[in-house]
Order: sequence, then structure tokens, then C-alpha cells
Amino acid sequence: MPFKTKEELENHIQELKREPVTAQILVCGGLGCLAKGADAVYKRFQELIEKNQLSATVKKTADNHQPSLKETGCMGLCEAGPLVRIEPKGILYLRVKPEDVDRIVEETLKNNQVVDDLVYQEETNQEIRKWPLMKDVPFYRKQMKIVLRNCGSIDPEKLDDYLAHDGYLAFAKVVTTMSPDDVIGEILKSGLRGRGGGGFPTGRKWQFARLSKSERKFIVCNGDEGDPGAFMDRSVMEGDPHTVIEGMAIAGYAFGAQEGYIYVRAEYPLAVKRLKKAITDARKAGLIGKNLFGTSFSFDLTIKEGAGAFVCGEETALLASIEGKRGMPNPRPPFPANKGLWGYPTVINNVETLANVPYIILKGADWFRSFGTVTSPGTKTFALSGKIRNTGLAEVPMGISLRELIFDVGGGIQNNRKFKAVQIGGPSGGCLTEQHLDLTVDYDSLCAAGAIMGSGGLVTMDEDTCIVELARYFLNFTQNESCGKCVPCREGTKHMLNILQKIVDGRANGEDLDLLIETAEVVRDASLCGLGKTAPNPVLTTLRYFKDEYLDHVYNHVCVAHVCNAMKEYRIDPEKCRACGKCARVCPVKCISGRPKVPYIIDQEACIKCGSCFEACPFDAVLVEWRSKNHES
Amino acid sequence: MEMENQELTLSRQFEKVNAILEKHDRNESHLISILQEIQADYRYLPEEILTYVATALGVSPAYVYGVATFYAQFSLKPKGKHMIRVCDGTACHVKGSINVLKTVKEQLGLKENEETTPDLLFTVETVACIGACALAPAMMIDEEVYGMLNEEKTREIIEGLIEENKGGMVHAIQD
Repeated sequence: MPFKTKEELENHIQELKREPVTAQILVCGGLGCLAKGADAVYKRFQELIEKNQLSATVKKTADNHQPSLKETGCMGLCEAGPLVRIEPKGILYLRVKPEDVDRIVEETLKNNQVVDDLVYQEETNQEIRKWPLMKDVPFYRKQMKIVLRNCGSIDPEKLDDYLAHDGYLAFAKVVTTMSPDDVIGEILKSGLRGRGGGGFPTGRKWQFARLSKSERKFIVCNGDEGDPGAFMDRSVMEGDPHTVIEGMAIAGYAFGAQEGYIYVRAEYPLAVKRLKKAITDARKAGLIGKNLFGTSFSFDLTIKEGAGAFVCGEETALLASIEGKRGMPNPRPPFPANKGLWGYPTVINNVETLANVPYIILKGADWFRSFGTVTSPGTKTFALSGKIRNTGLAEVPMGISLRELIFDVGGGIQNNRKFKAVQIGGPSGGCLTEQHLDLTVDYDSLCAAGAIMGSGGLVTMDEDTCIVELARYFLNFTQNESCGKCVPCREGTKHMLNILQKIVDGRANGEDLDLLIETAEVVRDASLCGLGKTAPNPVLTTLRYFKDEYLDHVYNHVCVAHVCNAMKEYRIDPEKCRACGKCARVCPVKCISGRPKVPYIIDQEACIKCGSCFEACPFDAVLVEWRSKNHES
Repeated sequence: MEMENQELTLSRQFEKVNAILEKHDRNESHLISILQEIQADYRYLPEEILTYVATALGVSPAYVYGVATFYAQFSLKPKGKHMIRVCDGTACHVKGSINVLKTVKEQLGLKENEETTPDLLFTVETVACIGACALAPAMMIDEEVYGMLNEEKTREIIEGLIEENKGGMVHAIQD
């Protein structure tokens, strides 16, 4: 190092691959596992390896290039963390506690036995099946890892570990053997579409920027993953930062950018730290910098940290933010590919899009097209969360059905409750129902149903989620994040939120519903950028698929999910009331009346459902009742 | 005497700001990074420093103020020594993040519309998503993530935090 030619890099990789590895212990260091105590597990392994003098099997290689005990990025099954994997066998242990480590070392590393009670258990028809190997675990069975190929297998802070998985080979290949047009041609042929949500063909974007004549061009990686309920990009940046860098370098070569920016959310400090280290390491190794692999191509990168603004995920707003301005979007055209950062041609690609690029170059467009559908080739990562059993990170081929994704990969609904809805695409996406479960997951079919692919947040809901309150939640989010530049979004979202609040509070009437739809349509059609254009999606899809719930809230004051407080009724049980008057004293609106020895009464019209009386009553005489559809009064 | 002290503090503050400005070559396009570093030092953006930064970069104070108020990360009011960020992302929301927020505020004796404790030890905020959806509901205390919260667990964590910081304000002033 530094690598001066492609051959030097290839030789180094060959050498790394030759090293004998007797056993590798991979401890998941993803956020989920860390929060569940993965650090203590890692430390215990370290201690035991030293104490037990496993040096013959484990410690020997630890000092070499391929460490045998390592902390990796996210392995995906966050729900069952901390996860530990033993390679090369591929055994996966779940919910590992520091005290389990002794047994793993003793039984698995020394005696080649599986520790039975730490492996995945699948309950089917009164039968319990155990799956010791990671590839057999139901969560992983239908997955296909391209973007996450290294995530959970390599130590993200070690360049050599990335190199050992053919790291930077794709970049060396394009720089030394392919013309920029060849590269764009290959990406076009692969059919790769932007994974940030829009689904624009990546190759076309590069082509536009290549055709723009300019002495400076930029490639920007959009790591401003602001969708609540999404953490795919975070996992890639934290678990495999070099892939992102390599993808950007290839893009830069393809359309002639020598400078790149990675824009990362402020809320992701670990991603920033890992990317910074990766950039420094890559620079030292001559993988980015001046005259790469003995050619005239130079490429370097800077990290920009966001400062907390959802709208900065929109590409023109993101560029404004990099320039140090308020992150407000600008009308397009001019498109960034013609006039972007400081007026120079700029391509903005999402983290996941870029992570696909090195593998497409290495394996070829045809290979890539063998996954997914004709119009949406490849895979998509999803962050599974909400009331789903296997919360975590999954990557599946496009074209999989929602049912497979939620019930096979995701394991169905927690506590065997009933599936109600799934929200795809965050605040810009839509809510889909039972009837959509057989939809295939690709850009076009989701769009047709009123949702969007989005960046990949998939929040599953059961009967305990109130759909109307959820729509209010999303509107509250987009309203807060509206930058205020254009009127339809700034004012429209405000009015929509007001109406939704009225519905949730039980103050709305039928006209409000019509007004809500009308306002939503205006906001959708007239807003300047994607934030406003898509903000009505959660409202419009829920109005389409869950109209009854809206009507229940408005006309019957009923919330079937028992979430909206205004749909509750507090009553005093005359049998239990001792007429002590405590409830009347704490009532902030003075709607409880009574006199000594006579049970007190709550005036339902005036009650604001604060629950103070419920908490104050020493005799449990205050009852809470949820209104139901055939409720009198 | 008090005046002198104040002036002394101010000039010392500007010294730090100058170092940050130098580091960024007084480059206007680094404004966000500059403000981030200033805030990391002072825990908020004092108004006189914003004006100073504007002059140093050759832009109007309104421009700097505009940027400082646009981004959620920046605060023009002093923040507590410890930041408690309760996640209210979708996954956390459907799993009851509002109750977590309520519990945290109760424990710290904050009213619904208050964010920072009077002793400037703790600030409580909600954030849109910290990307810990698999651990919902979650919160972040400074850089540490706590997941799968319920009322009891939240209470324990906050109690522990308060315990750790007993007499902490003396310490905070000395920093």
C-alpha cells in the first residue's frame, strides 16, 4: 500500500483470501444488538479467547489481516439480538448473553457442537423445529443480499476486511479497463433504479451529467435518511462504509466528477465516524486521491453532516444545505445534472443505489437482472418495524409479495394479533391493507395502489393502531418539516392537520371530510417539491381504504382501536361512589357535580377526557368506557 | 466587577469562535459546520455570536439567523448538559412513544411545554426518527441508545441519570 496499479490490489486481495481461517466469531455491532448488550458479549469472547489459549485456533489469525473475532455491522434480525455468528459453519446464535459465551467457546469452538438453546426455534403445527444455520432461519430464507452483502460479515472499520470481499476491485476494473460510456452502458443495461424512493433510472441520471460540459462536476451521496421508520441507509453506512465510497468513485468516473460529498443525517453519529475512518483509510491505500491506479483519474470525498431537516432529503434542498444555506428546494429544471452544486453538474444518488453499483460492475448487468422484475430489477432493503414479529433489516428480491415479506420474512404479527395495515414509504407513502397483501413489491405496482416504494421503511400495524390518528401523526410530521417556501405545502398541510386534529378530537363534521380531500388534492398537485406533493398520500390512501374509520370518528365518535382519547367516556359508578368530592376538586373544567351522600355525576358535554378524576378517585368509582358503534347517547 | 467578568467571558467565547472560523477558512459554504461546532461548544447559539459569525463571513446577520433557525439541530436557547431525545418516528409512535415522553418529563419535573430543566442539566426533545425502529420505542441520551422502553424501564433509566448527575451542576459550570 498504497496500491499503484490494479495488479497490486489484486495480489493483495489474493493474499488476504489465502489466509487460513479456522473459525471466525462475528458479533453483531448493529445498533439493535449494541443496545441489547452486544458489547459485553464481545468483551467476554475476548477474555475467554485469551484465557483459554484458543490461540491455536482463533487468536493466531487475529493479529493478521483477517481478524477472527470481530464486531460487524447489522446482521438484520435485530429483534433477536445480540446476534453471534460462527463462521465458516454459518451457525447463528440469538439473544446471546455474556454468560452464554463460555458455552459457545467450550461447545462450539472446542468441541464442534451446536449450543442448542441459543439457535432459532420455529413453531409449526405443535412442532418445534430448530435451525442452527443462519441460511435456514425463516427470516433469511427468502432474502437475497446484494446491497447488504458485506453488512454483518465484515468489520466496517477494517479496510482489509472489505478488500478480502473483492473490495475496490470493481473500481479498479472501471478505471483501468472500461471507458466512462461502458460504465454508464452497463448500469443502464442493469436497469438499476434510484433506491431513494423515486425510482429514476440511475444510468440515465449519469448520462445526463456526462453530457453536461463543465470543468467541475460533483457526485453527492444522499444519506439524509429522514423517513421515520427507515434505517436501511444507516445500516449500510455503518456496516459497510467502503461500498458507498466505491460506488461513488465509480459514478464519479462514469460522468466525470472528481469530487464527492456524502451528506449524512445529524442523528447518525456512528455512520459519520465510520465513513470518516473509511475515507481516511481509502486515501492512505491510494484507493481514492490523485491519479488512481496509475491513470489520470483523481477522486476525493468530503462528508457533510446534516443539521436536522427532513426536506433536505429532496435533492435540490440537499444541495442548498451543502452550500451552507437554508435547505429549501428549488424548482426543476434546471436539473442538478445540468446545474447543481454551486452551478456545476451534480448527480445525487441514494446510499442504497450506490451500494448496488460495485456488485453490478463485478458480476455484470445480466446477473443483476436475474433478480427482481423486468421493470424493477435487483433487490430492495426494508426496515421492518412496528407490530411485526421479526423487527429488523431485510433485503429481498423485487417482485416478492407483501404477504411473503410480512409473514415469511417478518414472521407475521406480534403476539398473534391480526394484521390491519402496512405503511410503506414513510410520510410520503401510503397505507395498504389486507386486500393488497398479494401485491408484488416493485416501483410500479406500489404506485398504482397509491403507496410508493419510498426508501424502504415498512411499518406494520395491528388492530391497536388507529388509522386516523396515524394519518394525523404523518401530517403533523410533514407539517413540521414543511420548509415554508411554497404556499400549497406551507398552508395546505397546516389546514389538513387542523382538520385531522378535529376528527381525532371528535369535533369534526361531514363537511370537514370533504374539505380534507379537496385540500389534500390541491397540496398534492400544486406543491413545489416532493415533500408537499407526497404529503397527502397517507391521508388519501387511508381515506380510500379505511373510510369507515374516519366516518366512525366523525359521526359516531368511535375509535375502534381505542387510541383517540376523545372517544372515551368517563362515568361514575353510583354504587361505588362515596360522594367524597375528590374528583370534582381535581376536575380542571369543573364538569363534575354532586353533593354529600349523593353519587357525583360527570357532564359528558363539558368533559375534556383528561383522566384526572380517574386518577384521583380513592374508590375506583370512575370508569373509563370506550364508545362503541351501538352506543346510546 | 460583574461587568468585567462578563466581558472576559465574551472575549473568551470569541476566541473559540475565531478558532472555528479559521479552521473553516471563513468559508461561507461551511456555515452549517461552523454553527454545529459552535453549538457543540456552547450547547446553543448565542445571538451575539451569530452576529459575529455573520460579520466574519461577510454575510448579513439575517442570513446566518435564517440558517440557524431553519435546522432543527440548532437552538438559540441554552440547552441542558445532557440531551434526552425521545424518538417519535413511526415505529416508536405506534408503540407508544408518547407515554415514554410523558414519563421522562414527569421524572424530570418538566411541564408539557418545557424542554430544559431550570438547572440546565437536562433537555428533553422528540426527534422524528433515530433509526432504531427495531427497538421501538427508543430514546437517545446523549449518544447512547435505549430501546424497547416501557414506563418502568424509562423511569429506571431517568432515575439513574438523575442520580449520576447529583451535584452535577457545579461540575457543569466548571467545564
